[in-house]
Amino acid sequence: MSPAAQQPILETRGLGVDFGGLKALDGLDLAVYPGEIVSVIGPNGAGKTTLFNAITATVAASEGDILFEGESLIGLDPNRVTSRGIARTFQNVRLFANMTVLENVMVSQHCRTRQSVFGALLFTKAFRNEEAEITERGKEVLSFFGSRLTGYRFDQPAYTLSYANRRRLEIARAMATQPKLILLDEPVAGMNPTESAELTGLIGRLRDEWGFAIVVIEHDMEVVREVSDRVVVLDHGVKIAEGDYADVSADPQVIEAYLGRGASV
Amino acid sequence: MSLTTPSEPGPPPAPEAGPSAGGAANGPSNDAPPRPPFAQDWRRIARMGAIGAIGQIFISLSNMPVKLDGRAIIEGVLSLGYLSLVVLPLAAGSRVGHQLRREGVPFHRPGAHEVIGGAACGALVGGGLSLLAILIANFDLREPLVNWSPILADLLAFNRGTAFAVLIWLAIGAAVGAAGGLLRVVPPAARRVLSTMVLTLFGAAVLESLTTDLAEGMGIEGLIEWFYAPRGGLTITGAIALAAGSGVLAFVARGRVKGAKARIDALEGPARNRAHLGLIMATAAVLVILPMFAGKLTNELLANVGLFVLLALGLNIVVGLAGILDLGYVAFFAVGSYSAAVLTAATSPKIHPELPWFVALIGVVVLTGLVGLFIGAPVIRMRGDYLAIVTLGFGEIIRLLFLSDWLSGWFGGSQGITNIPGAEIFGLAEVAGTDPRSVFYLVLAFCAIAIYVSWRLERSRIGRAWMAVREDETVAEAMGINTVNVKLLAFVVGAVLGSFSGAIFSAKVGSVFPASFLILVSIVILVVVIFGGMGNIVGVIAGSAVLIGVLGGPKQPGLLAEFSEFKLLIYGALLVWMMLARPEGLIPSVRRTRELHQEELAQDAWLRGQTEDEQDEGQP
Repeated sequence: MSPAAQQPILETRGLGVDFGGLKALDGLDLAVYPGEIVSVIGPNGAGKTTLFNAITATVAASEGDILFEGESLIGLDPNRVTSRGIARTFQNVRLFANMTVLENVMVSQHCRTRQSVFGALLFTKAFRNEEAEITERGKEVLSFFGSRLTGYRFDQPAYTLSYANRRRLEIARAMATQPKLILLDEPVAGMNPTESAELTGLIGRLRDEWGFAIVVIEHDMEVVREVSDRVVVLDHGVKIAEGDYADVSADPQVIEAYLGRGASV
Repeated sequence: MSLTTPSEPGPPPAPEAGPSAGGAANGPSNDAPPRPPFAQDWRRIARMGAIGAIGQIFISLSNMPVKLDGRAIIEGVLSLGYLSLVVLPLAAGSRVGHQLRREGVPFHRPGAHEVIGGAACGALVGGGLSLLAILIANFDLREPLVNWSPILADLLAFNRGTAFAVLIWLAIGAAVGAAGGLLRVVPPAARRVLSTMVLTLFGAAVLESLTTDLAEGMGIEGLIEWFYAPRGGLTITGAIALAAGSGVLAFVARGRVKGAKARIDALEGPARNRAHLGLIMATAAVLVILPMFAGKLTNELLANVGLFVLLALGLNIVVGLAGILDLGYVAFFAVGSYSAAVLTAATSPKIHPELPWFVALIGVVVLTGLVGLFIGAPVIRMRGDYLAIVTLGFGEIIRLLFLSDWLSGWFGGSQGITNIPGAEIFGLAEVAGTDPRSVFYLVLAFCAIAIYVSWRLERSRIGRAWMAVREDETVAEAMGINTVNVKLLAFVVGAVLGSFSGAIFSAKVGSVFPASFLILVSIVILVVVIFGGMGNIVGVIAGSAVLIGVLGGPKQPGLLAEFSEFKLLIYGALLVWMMLARPEGLIPSVRRTRELHQEELAQDAWLRGQTEDEQDEGQP
């Protein structure tokens, strides 16, 4: 499922991120095609999360270009990137903890809504329609995760959720921004095997049913093998391998990056 | 603990009373027999006693007892001055018997142990005054301590000499401390009745001028004369009658008020909305009818409270909803006042269009909005402490601009602008400072607008974006919220609400001077918001009523006009006490409470969630 003829939805060209001399990313070329699930793996400090931060404009790229649907994202504010259609989750779950579950998915539709102060004050029909619409869409997104985030949970503050549910809500919040591309930063970290197996299935369904292109950072190789169309391996900010799971996992350079030189002999 | 009774006249242990009362009723398994009466934790008693004693000396030397002695609570029995000296022994006496109720830790049933411990601790606290009496008699420290005077010594000794002072304060301390300890022993129902009685008496004494004024308006002076002594304070018979009446009422109504509240909270959908609407209408009706019977002073007070409610509601949007700590909010009050003055007054130095007030208001809103944008644009890009410091600076800059020679051609410098006409409302009515009742109605109308604005915005896309920014700005931005615009909007909406208050203020007072817009005003508004309950409209109103209404604003006298000298001291003490005992404020927003007690709640939720998730896993 690598329609090479198609235009990539996301493309980085020679992307570099420099933290005061430390090259967190160096000359990275990466392409993600519509409807594709790409895993980014690599040892700690390889620059995986920095890649996400650069794409979402949380850190500035020091060289190279990031193209989304053929247009550059360089110089945009994070919120503009989101409204172009890229959503993300965070490695260390960062929900709006004191807002309710439903409010979390409502507020992330901010860039898709237009009502101003006056709509809210005059309680116009347009305002009410929009509120109803985002409530509806919020509930739809939450029901993707079964009954865990629905019903009485709608009105519970996010911090009351269990760890796994918080992770699920983070994905729901990203989905609610109506993206074309979702960046998942270690979605199954800290989950038990049952939960992570379930979430692996959900990642596939995200692509099949919702049509998102997905980039996943993941350490759990089970999950990576299960979901990925393609795997990209980073080490010290440089891409050292790319291909399907079987190829990449046999690549001596990858084994070396993970296990060190002596171990492969 | 606080240095004052006014706003927490109920027994200080009230916060703990709830859980322990509930626990006692359920008969928890870790109940232990009472501790033996004399096996006290003497170190704890000594420590608390010493702290209390220092507090007592501090209160005495702040001159509060002498100054407040003139204000009687109960005629011939208790004055506000002496009251300020028995609060600490009571609080310490009660606090020393405090036990944590925790799973697995034995909880001893309160008994003689608590009373004796309280008495010992109270005696130590009272002993602070005995010590002070001896010191005053033997040393002269008037040089650094201006209140080190024979007047204070006489007050402490009840005019009977130092030896008497030493003994009597030990005795009073022990008695009051024992009473504090006793509060832990009596059953919760009795405690509730007692605290209602104390609250009623104190409330009646504090609200004396208000009730007298209202009674005159309604033509029932006779009744009031029976309750209040001619020279202030409750009469003894009146006090007994009030205490008995409120006690009976509290006994009869026990649990009913809470029950009614719980029933309203339990309502859902339209029924709940109707109940809330009913409550709001009732409150509005009272607020509309009350001033008709009230005299000038009361209306003046109500109008002042209203002005601060308006300011606090505006600041609440900025601080409470969007989480931007603005320490220079007075700037918008000033700009509102000055722009209204320039647009309406004939005496305005440079331009004087002499617009009618309501037309000028449009100009005021536009100007303040622009100033809000102008100040906000650079400020809003900062976060946290930096932002707070910069807003503090801008608040001063605005005041200094109005004061400066450079702009004195426009705003009159330190002379200000005087002879500002009252607010004319479409030729229907003229609202001038000479008629506080009409000013109050005007303020009330604008408060209603401000409440509506806060209420609607909080439940909109914009309100949610504010909350998201308050929770986690980085994530909010990553979720597609333009944080700069959203924060700027909060700043401008807050500024406009503040400018309403300013415009009414200038019409009410009839003059504006830079000295009316000191940094102190910003601080007082912030204290009102924090004290009342950040993020909650009702809380903010309650905060203004208590702080501005009872204690008084920066320049406005409150019901306890005697306090004016100690206002800031009491503000500070209240704020410290509030932050320690109830950081979410007087009437907190649910969200705010959750935020501050998140860890405890999260732990409970986690425990609950554990079992739920196990069930979840079982399902397909």
